Amino acid sequence: METLIFLLFALLAVGSSLVVVVHKNPVYSTMSLVVTLFSVAVLFVLLGAPFIGALQILIYTGAILVLFLFVIMLLNVTREESAVSQQKVQAGGALLGALVFGGMLAVLFWNARRPMDPMTEELVSMKGLAREMFGQYLLPFEIVGMLLLVAVIGATVAARKPPQPDKPVEDLEP
Amino acid sequence: MSVPVSWYLVLSAVLFAIGSAGALTRRNGISIFLSIELMLNAGNLALIAYARQWGQHTGQIIVFFVMAVAAAEAAIGLALFIAVYRQRRTIDVNRINLMRW
Repeated sequence: METLIFLLFALLAVGSSLVVVVHKNPVYSTMSLVVTLFSVAVLFVLLGAPFIGALQILIYTGAILVLFLFVIMLLNVTREESAVSQQKVQAGGALLGALVFGGMLAVLFWNARRPMDPMTEELVSMKGLAREMFGQYLLPFEIVGMLLLVAVIGATVAARKPPQPDKPVEDLEP
Repeated sequence: MSVPVSWYLVLSAVLFAIGSAGALTRRNGISIFLSIELMLNAGNLALIAYARQWGQHTGQIIVFFVMAVAAAEAAIGLALFIAVYRQRRTIDVNRINLMRW
């Protein structure tokens, strides 16, 4: 049963991520990435991390991809003539991607495969996760909070209209 | 019947390779960003799989931090794209060569 669920959502993730990469319309790419992220969230739950799976759906599809869709509609980039730049560049990029894949597979099979421990209640429980996050990893947690604050301020400043634009930008106004 | 952890790692490698190929070949800045998000998620999947294998929470906590950093990166990057679009009227990365020598 677990194998069946894994195969179903793994195939869904791979297929929809291919659509993300090859589709010309960025809106469709974004919606397809939503499917990919949902499938990966299911796999997180399967791996005994239900909290991270919920966070994946909340943060990624709830916040980040909505931001992407919003910017796509704001910038009006509906379509590009061809998805990739030139044939040569495409071949090089695909080759590099394949090399990355091959390297990771090699490292994976190089490492000794160790049998998986049975899933413990301690791993799945929120209590242990929270204890570690707010104990040993409290300082990184606070730093990440500061990083998000800085990012929000920086994004606001960067996306603001410049005081004296070089060219008139009236048609950008909503 | 439990799925071996190496299957998850192979899936993670596949997703990462697809994302890297997309990030290298796409021209649209937003599509490149989407591919980068895909690669980040593939890395997250590998971290969760290793956390499951070793029965520890550390991988899950790192995934939490990666998600926060990805959110910050998306916010900053999209704001930069809006700023570039104001100036250039395009986010085609072949035409944004402001910093090319």
